[in-house]
Amino acid sequence: MKSDTRCYAARVENLTAATGFVAACADQFGLAGLAKFGLLLALEEAFVNICSYAYPEGPGLAEITCTGDGDAFVLDIADRGRPFDALSLPEPDTTGDLMHRAVGGLGIHLIRRFSDSVSYRRDNDRNILRMVFRTPRGGDVTSTQC
Amino acid sequence: MEFQARKEAGGVVVVLGGRLDAVTAPEYERRIHELVDGGDARFVIDFERLDYISSAGLRGLLVTARLLKAKGGQLRFANVQGGVRAVFEMSGFGSMFQLDESVTAALAALS
Repeated sequence: MKSDTRCYAARVENLTAATGFVAACADQFGLAGLAKFGLLLALEEAFVNICSYAYPEGPGLAEITCTGDGDAFVLDIADRGRPFDALSLPEPDTTGDLMHRAVGGLGIHLIRRFSDSVSYRRDNDRNILRMVFRTPRGGDVTSTQC
Repeated sequence: MEFQARKEAGGVVVVLGGRLDAVTAPEYERRIHELVDGGDARFVIDFERLDYISSAGLRGLLVTARLLKAKGGQLRFANVQGGVRAVFEMSGFGSMFQLDESVTAALAALS
């Protein structure tokens, strides 16, 4: 798999189609199990954020690109909304009790936890969130850094 | 998403299946709130057939738990496993809710 891109209107109901596209790319690449679960979760959290916040003044698009790069599956999600870096938000409190727990920020928290790396850049009037998922390969240690 | 409810002696067992995501969470909330509005207050949610949950799904579960707490009800979760369990643990939901190994154990724990 080299690279494949789809564009969707940024509406929550299009999540099902976007998930189908990314799941097919993951299957083609060979990402399975918990890594694939985390990929689809990260897709949803990023896509829904765009649907909710990127275009307060009207309809807009979300562009999803899947790229295979060695043992890494790279998921880029881009929008043309106002500049916004979701990674700049504070980490949510995940320890509060039932009545005091906030759910805001949990999506980005889950993206950080499930992906191997996540980064944001603003490029040509686009917000681009890049998430990388590495395939587990037994015994193939390529880095000794923690 | 699959949503099936059955009434047992100790409470209502709700079986969830498929995906609890931003698309399906509103339907989940609507259906469980119908049961609560109908007078049911003790619930076990069976996650055995649920393949996927996102923060939107977690939000729906939190709304249910707060609603039942306000009404003096109870909520327990059974068979939370796989990726769904990983999401629970990463978000701190695992320690916030009552998790049981089986529906039988969850029903027995409802008092």
